[in-house]
Amino acid sequence: MFELRFHGRGGQGAVMAAQTLAEAAVIEGNYAVAFPFFGAERRGAPVLAFARIDSKKIYSKTQVYSPDCVVVLDDSLLDTIDMVAGLKANGSVVINSRDKPEDIDLGKEITTAAVDATSVALEILKAPITNTAILGALAKTTGIVKIESIEEAIKRRFGEKLGANVGERNALAARTAY
Amino acid sequence: MKKVITGDHAVAIGAKLSRVEVVPAYPITPQTLIIEHIADFVNDGEMDTKFLTMESEHSVMSAAAAAEAAGARVFTATSSQGLAFMHEMVYATAPLRLPVVMANANRTLGGPPGIWCEYNDSMGVRDSGWLQVYVEDNQEALDMVIQAYRIAEDKRVLLPVMPCLDGFVLTHTVEPVDIPEQQDVDSFLPPYEPDVILDPSRPAMIGTFMPAEYIMELRRQTAGAVESAKSVIQEVNDDFTRRFGRDYGGLIDTYRIDDAEVALVTMGTVTSTSRQVVDELRQEGEKVGLVKLRFFRPFPSEELKKALKDTGAVGVVDRSLSFIGGGQAFNETRSALYGLSIPIINHLAGLGGRDVTEWQIRKMFELTLRAAKGENVNTVNWHNTRGESV
Repeated sequence: MFELRFHGRGGQGAVMAAQTLAEAAVIEGNYAVAFPFFGAERRGAPVLAFARIDSKKIYSKTQVYSPDCVVVLDDSLLDTIDMVAGLKANGSVVINSRDKPEDIDLGKEITTAAVDATSVALEILKAPITNTAILGALAKTTGIVKIESIEEAIKRRFGEKLGANVGERNALAARTAY
Repeated sequence: MKKVITGDHAVAIGAKLSRVEVVPAYPITPQTLIIEHIADFVNDGEMDTKFLTMESEHSVMSAAAAAEAAGARVFTATSSQGLAFMHEMVYATAPLRLPVVMANANRTLGGPPGIWCEYNDSMGVRDSGWLQVYVEDNQEALDMVIQAYRIAEDKRVLLPVMPCLDGFVLTHTVEPVDIPEQQDVDSFLPPYEPDVILDPSRPAMIGTFMPAEYIMELRRQTAGAVESAKSVIQEVNDDFTRRFGRDYGGLIDTYRIDDAEVALVTMGTVTSTSRQVVDELRQEGEKVGLVKLRFFRPFPSEELKKALKDTGAVGVVDRSLSFIGGGQAFNETRSALYGLSIPIINHLAGLGGRDVTEWQIRKMFELTLRAAKGENVNTVNWHNTRGESV
């Protein structure tokens, strides 16, 4: 089983990112779940979401305590939250940041990937909503799902909610970050 | 067709597939996604349903009862304070024998205010005459809305049914759900055809003032209907299994119970996580098993006794508290098992939405195993709680 924890701020789409990843995993024939942990929901406040991927049905209905991967949608959270808490020794961190991975201090030696998802999102989506771009980086770093599945999942989820055009552009954001 | 959807979305699809005719609605977290999805279905022409936006939950249940009395198949959903606010009308619905189906997203009933999973909301109406079923995943949430109508509208029952799903743990979690075909649901669930309806061309009244001269018999009839629901629930479960290939067991479900030395009795999503812990402990050589308490009304006393009679001890997990020591499931299970000379202990966990983890469930099994060996173990055990925790 592969477990992930997503950190973001309300409005950046951490929950949607986790859900879209789950959908991508299911497209590939796996089983997956994704869920948010809500505080009092409001724009800008720290948000947590979790996902699990396995080849068989997942029965665990608890939060993720030792993730294989941590995804950070907003690097301003690095100052206040211990991103590597519980992270497995061979785990990885994917961060939306303009900094190079070697310049990001997580307080621990860990495989780190950085992508400037905000610039990608601003350029392609004309909004600083980074959840789809970071999924491209996540696919590249972990290989847990193929980028094609991410693109398909984005088109389905975003297309269904916001129209085919929005789906296409978000899929492009993921591909560009990849 | 498999879709990756939330528990709330699954419930909304269940209502759509059941061809409900009237949905009076009022939003409350974490149920709101249910009525939002239904509003979308109605707006997009996918559901031929009268969608009524009401001014309060009390009005929701008033409208639900009235529409049902006029012969419509009615659905609504609520949670926590919303259920508390409609309390009066919830009690009115069952004795009038109006088979409304209402999903409840289990949520802490304040104070203090909270939005996360706890069962104190639905436990507060366990004596209203409504039937209650607690589900462990999104598939079961969808399937039980469909089954709920077959049970509720059965002429031997005619009672409202409340499918309960864990707030956030299911309502906001996406997982793959197999969406049944409409034609298959149609052949499983025929249209609602009540014998008596309110009809302006044949004036009649229901729900009139009733003096002591008559009410004992009415109470007895309602109690009898709750009792008859037991066999109907089993029939509906078996027919659903034949048609859709998913067997939920009926009143209870059991897991690896046959040679179990101890068992936990669980409800809702704690059951799902516990299945995994049972597998792990079995691999480690511990003979443990599980009984899932699905229906809380009717309460499956005989079924629990039959499933648990050969165990050495039973631990009952409660996600709600009754202030007579322990939770409601514990106290009712202990009554059901009266006469069995085995220790029955209570595990309180996950109140207010605190995460119920694998290690807490392991601790529950450990304590129950110690009780089975005759060790002195507390009757009521507060798990993962500051202060005097186990």
